[in-house]
Order: sequence, then C-alpha cells, then structure tokens
Amino acid sequence: MSSENILEVINLKKYFKVSKGIIKAVDDISFNVKYGETFGLVGESGSGKSTTGHIIVGLYAPTSGKILFEGRDISMGVERRPLALKKKIQMVFQDPATSLNPKRTVRQIIELPLKVHGICHGDTTQKVAELLQMVELPVEYMERYPTELGGGEKQMVAIARALAVNPSFIVLDEPTSALDVSIQAKIINMLMRVQKEFNLSYLFITHNLSLMRNVASRVAIMYLGKIVELASTEEFFYNPLHPYTKMLLSSIPVITDEEEAMKPKKIISTGEIPGALNVPPGCSFHPRCPERLEVCDKIEPCMLEIAPGHFVKCHLYNSARA
Amino acid sequence: MLEKLKDLGILSPRKAEDYKKAWYKFSRNPLSVAGLVIVIVVVALAILAPYVTPYPHHAEYYVDFANANQPPSLAHPFGTDQFGRDVLTRIIFGFRYSLMMAATVLAIVTPPGVILGLIAGYYRDRWIDTVIMRIADIFVAVPPLVLALSICAVLEPNIFNAMMAVSLMWWPWYTRLVYSMASSLRMEPFVQAAEIIGASKIHIMFKEILPNCLGAILTKVTLDAAWVIILGSALSFVGLGAQPPTPDLGTMLSDGAKYMPTIWWITVFPAIAIAVIVLGFNLLGDGIRDIYAAEAR
Repeated sequence: MSSENILEVINLKKYFKVSKGIIKAVDDISFNVKYGETFGLVGESGSGKSTTGHIIVGLYAPTSGKILFEGRDISMGVERRPLALKKKIQMVFQDPATSLNPKRTVRQIIELPLKVHGICHGDTTQKVAELLQMVELPVEYMERYPTELGGGEKQMVAIARALAVNPSFIVLDEPTSALDVSIQAKIINMLMRVQKEFNLSYLFITHNLSLMRNVASRVAIMYLGKIVELASTEEFFYNPLHPYTKMLLSSIPVITDEEEAMKPKKIISTGEIPGALNVPPGCSFHPRCPERLEVCDKIEPCMLEIAPGHFVKCHLYNSARA
Repeated sequence: MLEKLKDLGILSPRKAEDYKKAWYKFSRNPLSVAGLVIVIVVVALAILAPYVTPYPHHAEYYVDFANANQPPSLAHPFGTDQFGRDVLTRIIFGFRYSLMMAATVLAIVTPPGVILGLIAGYYRDRWIDTVIMRIADIFVAVPPLVLALSICAVLEPNIFNAMMAVSLMWWPWYTRLVYSMASSLRMEPFVQAAEIIGASKIHIMFKEILPNCLGAILTKVTLDAAWVIILGSALSFVGLGAQPPTPDLGTMLSDGAKYMPTIWWITVFPAIAIAVIVLGFNLLGDGIRDIYAAEAR
C-alpha cells in the first residue's frame, strides 16, 4: 500500500440485475491514481467507464471490491460516507445542461457546497465571486440561471461548484464531450491550470483518445467492463500492445503524414461493442480481434505486466512469455 | 468591485424580469388571457357580491311570492325563482361557495399530497415508497363522488363535510403527480451533484426537486379548481352539499330542474355560470402549462 496513491481501486465489480439477466458494468478492475496526476480512463460507450466514476464518487455502491482513498476504505454509497470525505471527492458531469438545476441561480448553485461544508457563513457573495473569477466567468453571472448561459459557461459553473469545497480529487466524466470544439480547449486549459494551482488529482473519463494524450499521465483502456491495457500515456501511444488499443489508435483521424507514421499499422475497425448482457466468453474482445488465437474464445486472459507500469490483458503476450 | 455591482443592481434578485417573461409566454395565447379574465371577474364578483348584486338580501331567507317565477326582464336580468328571489344575485353569491370550496379543498390537499409524493419519489423502491403509494392507490380506487356521498349521508350533510370528503379523495392525485416527477428527477445529474456535495435530503427534496415540479403542480391546482367546483355542485345537486337557503349553484340547479322546461331560467343560468367558471379555470390552467412547457424546452 504505497502512500503515493491518492486512490486505489482493487478488484472493483459492479453488476446490475435487470429482467434479462445480469449486466456486468464493471467487472473486476484495478488501478490507482497518484497524487497530483491525471489518470485517463478510456473506452467506447457502454464500456463501464462512467459507472466506474460513479462508484468512486459514491453514486453506486460496488457489488464487490474495494476503493481506498488516502488509505481509507470508501467502497460504500454516498449516503454512508462522512461529510468530510464528500468534501474531498467531487465530480464534474458530462452534460452541464443537466448537472445544473435549471431552477437555481448560479449563485445558489455555487453557494450550496459552501454552506453544506460550513466554508462560508453569512454572506457568500465574496467567495462565490472568487470562484467565478477562478473559472474565468464574469461576476455578473451570479444571478443568472443556467439556461441563460452557453454550454461552455455552464460547464465552468459546474467546475466552480466542484472546486468550491477545495477538494483533492475530482472525477471528470467526459467534461468536454457535450461541448463545442472551440470551447473544449478552454475548459481543458482551465482544468489543467487549477490542477497545478491546487495540486488536484483527476480521474479523467473520456472516449476521446487525442484528448487523453494531451491531459493524462497514465491511461487505462476499458472494454466491456474490464481494463484491457494500462500504461503511461507515452507507452500507450508509442507502443500499444492490445489489439483493441491498436484498433482504436489507428482509427483516430489525422491530418499530416507525420502523424500517420506515428500511428500503429492500419487495422480496420470491425464490428461494434457487443451488448453488456451477452459478453462473449473467453476474451470478450475476440469476435472483433484481428489477431485472435485459438484460446481466445475459451479462456479469459489475465493481466500481465509486460514492461514496468505497462499492463495488458491479452493471450498474445501470455504465450510470448510461456 | 462587488459593492459597485450591488449598487448597479446587477446582483439584486431579479424577480420582476422573470414575471415579465412568464407573462409574455402566457399572453401569447389569447385563450389563456380569456381564462385569466374570467377567473379574475368571477373572483371579484364573489368577493364584492354584497355590493355588486342588485338584491343582496335575496341571498338569505327571503320570500316574495308576488314576484315568483318572473322571466328575465330589466329588473331581473336572469329572472326570479320560485320564491321570487333574483337569480342573478343568487348566482353571484353562489360563486362564493363554489370558489370557497375549491380554495379550501385545494389548500387542504396540495401540501400533504405534494410532500408525500416527494418523499415517495425520492425514496423510490424503498419500503416508504411502497407504503405511501399503496395507500394513495386505495384512495384513488374509490370514486370521489361515491365516498363524498357516503360521508355526507352518514354525517350531517353540509358544506364542511362535503369539503372534507372531497379532500380525502383528492390528495393522492398530487402524490401521484409529484411522485412520477420526483422519481425521474432524482436521477438527474443535478440531484446526483447535490448528493455528492453532501446536501441534506430536505435540501434535495425541497430545493432541488420541488422547484422543478412547481409548474406541473400549479397547472394541476388550476385545472382541479374546476373539478372541485363541479364535484361540489354535484353534491349540492343531490342535496348533500350546501343546504338551503345558501345560494349554491348546484342547489339552484336541482331546485330549478323541477320547473323545466317552462321556467327554464332558474336552471339554465346557474348551469351556464358553472360552465363559465369551469371554462375559465381550464383555460387559465392551459395558459400556466404553456409557461412551464416553454421553459422545459
């Protein structure tokens, strides 16, 4: 249990019971987030990346497994977490149009965490104004309603709300994917700036690989509830190992030949992520895998550390070792 | 800088502007405005009844057989009834009882109905949800008129018992309305955000969820006002609501029905009066719904 990790996720599972069976939204994943780093969690829609984020902030209680935050077990729902813990972990949602109450003004929205955690007593105007300035919004926005703001501005308000309690860890659940491209860069730059300023740790959830490359220091890639590859960002982009990673990287659209050369050999993406109800046996990626072996549909591969800090879950590397 | 902003009024609450916007949306539909006008006129007439009616004393014990059953004339625009009382006067006084009944019933049922719905919706799929909603279902299963009839028949038939009976039947509709909204709103990210922050259940229910239900509640209250008036009149019609000589629109209908169709004015004018109030509240309710529907878009 090293003390450099702010968050450790150990064998986390989250199953949902539905009428047709059990959905294994998150199936036995482990990773850790170091103090002050941005840990990227990538995957297609339905891969369980958002569920993971929701479990960490406590919106769902895990089915099994552990989450340690600063060494303390926090694998329970948000209702049972102490207030002091809620102060440390915050979340920014994907769509600011739904994460801000349309019936409450910007001031009321930002004020809530200040009041709940007793950061401000009495007049909160000063503190709310400071927070708005921190996210580069004009102070006049205080009495506006979210519906009167632009998408990017709303997301800024959501970020200000998350920052209000002075947290140490923020889950960013696709914070820019609902926004215009022109605003994405601004939001990302701001997030990076406040991260340095307050020494924050981020869990950055996205499906946008190019974005990940710019913000994350380590990346884990999820497929059908499982992490298939985990590596430092550099390793991940220059030396991808899992066929799924290669497939995703080769499908990033690029402009220059130079960039094209950096990409792994072209692999045509085939098929789509199967439904979470009928996860293929063995390695769940095998029906789409261009390099599948005979064992792939029978035995599930296990996670192996191929290089220091570079983990992959694939039979290709199992057999290479054997 | 903050002081300066406050001086400029930028940081002041901006209710006036919100009302202006709401009025703009509302007034774009002339029917809604017509509904509002009808409701205002009816309420004003009811409040000012002793001053605006030609024969205020006709609303009490009063008999003048010399002038009984007079057809509409200049002196009695809606004619007189079998006791010689002015029908117009009694209709305007009748508004009082209809509106009072609607206001009382809705004031009694809305708060508990809404609060129970909020609790059940927020705690969806827990035992408290089951308890509240099954009890609500039991009350919904009994037709309001039937229960009101039996209560008024067992107890003394008067307007108070009629109101209690109707209230007893009416709250579950508010519980159901708010329940359906709250149980979907609680999954909204803004509620999840408040939970992550650590806001209290009371805050989440009343400050995050309830404001988003108010439009629907207000619309329902307005539309229900019409229904309660109809129900109250129905109870009076069968003799279980307001008792004579109280001028109630339902009582007037049943009294006049015996003389149909020859002395039609005793029945027809109160019937039109009920229709007008009901129409007014319905149009107003639609207008209020338009305000909130436009907001949701």
